[in-house]
Amino acid sequence: MNPHEPLRLHVPEPTGRPGCQTDFSYLRAAPAGHARKPALDVDPKATAGLAVGMVRVLDEQGNAQGPWAPSIAPGILHAGLKAMLKTRLFDARMLTAQRQKKMSFYMQCLGEEAVACAHTLALNADDMCFPTYRQQGILITRQMPLFEMICQLFSNARDPLKGRQLPVMYSNKAKGFFSLSGNLGTQFVQGVGWAMASAIRGDNRIASAWIGDGFTAETDFHTALTFAHVYRAPVILNVVNNQWAISSFQHIAGGEATTFAGRGVGSGIASLRVDGNDFLAVYAVSQWAAERARHNYGPTLIEWVTYRAGPHSTSDDPSKYRPADDWGRFPLGDPIARLKQHLINLGQWDEARHEALAVELEQEIIAATKAAEQHGTLGDGSIASAATIFEDVYKDMPAHLRRQRQQMGA
Amino acid sequence: MNVACEPSQPNEQATQVMTMVQAIRSALDVMMARDERVVAFGEDVGYFGGVFRCTEGLQAKYGKQRCFDTPICESGIVGTAIGMGAYGLHPVVEIQFADYVYPAYDQLASEAARLRHRSAGEFTAPITVRMPCGGGIYGGQTHSQSPEAIFTQVCGLRTVMPCNPYDAKGLLIASIECEDPVIFLEPKRLYNGPFDGHHERPVTPWARHPQAAVPEGYYQVPLDSAAIVRPGAAVTVITYGTTVHVALCAASETGIDAEVIDLRSLWPLDLDTLVNSVRKTGRCVIVHEATLSCGLGAELLALVQEHCFYHLEAPVERVAGWDTPYPHAQEWAYFPGPGRVGAALKRVMEA
Ligand SMILES: Cc1ncc(C[n+]2csc(CCOP(=O)(O)OP(=O)(O)O)c2C)c(N)n1
Ligand SMILES: [Mg+2]
Repeated sequence: MNPHEPLRLHVPEPTGRPGCQTDFSYLRAAPAGHARKPALDVDPKATAGLAVGMVRVLDEQGNAQGPWAPSIAPGILHAGLKAMLKTRLFDARMLTAQRQKKMSFYMQCLGEEAVACAHTLALNADDMCFPTYRQQGILITRQMPLFEMICQLFSNARDPLKGRQLPVMYSNKAKGFFSLSGNLGTQFVQGVGWAMASAIRGDNRIASAWIGDGFTAETDFHTALTFAHVYRAPVILNVVNNQWAISSFQHIAGGEATTFAGRGVGSGIASLRVDGNDFLAVYAVSQWAAERARHNYGPTLIEWVTYRAGPHSTSDDPSKYRPADDWGRFPLGDPIARLKQHLINLGQWDEARHEALAVELEQEIIAATKAAEQHGTLGDGSIASAATIFEDVYKDMPAHLRRQRQQMGA
Repeated sequence: MNVACEPSQPNEQATQVMTMVQAIRSALDVMMARDERVVAFGEDVGYFGGVFRCTEGLQAKYGKQRCFDTPICESGIVGTAIGMGAYGLHPVVEIQFADYVYPAYDQLASEAARLRHRSAGEFTAPITVRMPCGGGIYGGQTHSQSPEAIFTQVCGLRTVMPCNPYDAKGLLIASIECEDPVIFLEPKRLYNGPFDGHHERPVTPWARHPQAAVPEGYYQVPLDSAAIVRPGAAVTVITYGTTVHVALCAASETGIDAEVIDLRSLWPLDLDTLVNSVRKTGRCVIVHEATLSCGLGAELLALVQEHCFYHLEAPVERVAGWDTPYPHAQEWAYFPGPGRVGAALKRVMEA
């Protein structure tokens, strides 16, 4: 007789599902101010505790606590609040425009604005980002003209990408924003390669590569860690753990018995898990990681713990797979509300100024949308001519493409 | 041995007799000396100089920053090269065997190939991906493949395959300078000598081959240009890589006055040279070592019928590897040698 129970497969499940509240204790959210701040040249192995803990600066009352509290000029806090609010309002407007069929598709970053916005403010303007589709906050913080962003979304005659890419798959070299790919994960390795090139050339620019919790399961993630470690590449490896990959909970990507930051320590990379809804923590840890990279101490892996508050995209319906009130109960709160409270505590902000800022940003977004609409939307057919699809396949158009362009008759 | 009809010395440079390995190394050396942006890396490529020794001495000469060993991770080799290309470097990476390129396929087909297009020219991937291909060395199914068709099918990639030292150096330099991503396939059976398929005969060194006289310095063999390696009137043989030498041998053994065309650039290709030749001869045999079905030969055949149909006097034949994994012990039954090519030439002439 077999003395063991029959084998069984473990398929991870979230604690919450529609009609059943999430038990967020799985996040192990530490109190603000507790995490230590190591020296820049820390031995990566010594970050093991930080990789399973959680760096937090802002406490429940909105005050900065502990060694990670950055000395940060109020100007940067104001810029951060503005960038986050602008990102959120922009997303909301674009969702409406998508419903009005002005674009085919949209993806918002509701609830995770601090990650991209605070990180970008901690970088230099010429550091290079290899983002996913949920880091529009980088472009907004670096002040890409909204008009251009919206023309891309509308795939219209002024779309800088000539209608070749899905909405939100921006590219903006001048803003240090690498062309987005739909094959997610690939950019993580490329970011490491860019950083290696910067090191080979004796430059001082660093790279910042991004990936979602879901895509950490791709081999590209592990490949990037290996190469970044081997060559001590000046790169920041950002994992945005927003708990969900479409309908799959982060435990399906491998977050159950370890953290995503934990994978970095195993790869010889200094790694931290951070409250991604805490503007001050994101800023401080990003600054620390950027300094490490610039000092040739190599890569830093950062897991940003946040929450994807909206649907995955305009094609998704999260009510089918998670509780409706999940974001409201998420223990790390709303990044905009938290920074706002902090600024109010500092005497640097108030409700009236907040209201005025929101109105000003709304007006800017509406004006940019109207200006972009002058050049058409996907729906009304004012798009780049079909003949342009043959351009940029190669640097110089080969004979077979010239023949095909002729056959198309465009 | 037939002499190539294109001029082998377009300039006044001193030449040296080189093997294909030496010619490839010389191309890398010339380019690393000329252009700071050129870096070379891959598995065993740095200190040791590559398992086929194509990068020997480069690390010692140019330093570890520009020539180094990598983890055994093809997707990482190509993925980091793409990032370096976006930065502004011109990386030349080595995949140890073409049989191991598949883990890098996503980075090549989805990323390098489309980066320029999807970013409307903002970002590009001017990378060269070198890899030994083909059989004839008892390498079995994992050291013998010719995967060119999975690259020629991808818009945005260029695929190149030289068959002699002169072309290897000139094409590699052109590939490194090219702003598009280039797949550079090196028939490994030709590394150290030409091979006409007569495996039972002693190995021939490159030394006596006219295309082994290689200029010491910089020169290019342009991409997208085929070479007529044997002019002829009776039938056109379209081929590339190791089977160029096989086709030459078959022509001389059968006494058929074949015009043998070495494609050199597999895609985009030099259509005019093919079309002009087939219109002249009215007959065509297509030869490659890769598996037959859905291979590059199928595309070549389609182009021939599209552009030469009213000049054809016989059905076009294809001679290729069988549609099986590349065998080990049965290598010579698999390899499209001079016997099979010669028989196809005769059939086409009799039709
Ligand atoms: C290679 C690849 N596989 C699958 C997809 C389809 N896909 C797009 S987004 C997504 C989920 C990603 O989740 P995550 O990495 O957590 O990022 P998030 O959407 O939460 O920001 C999937 C499966 C894809 N784009 N690329
Ligand atoms: Mg996610």
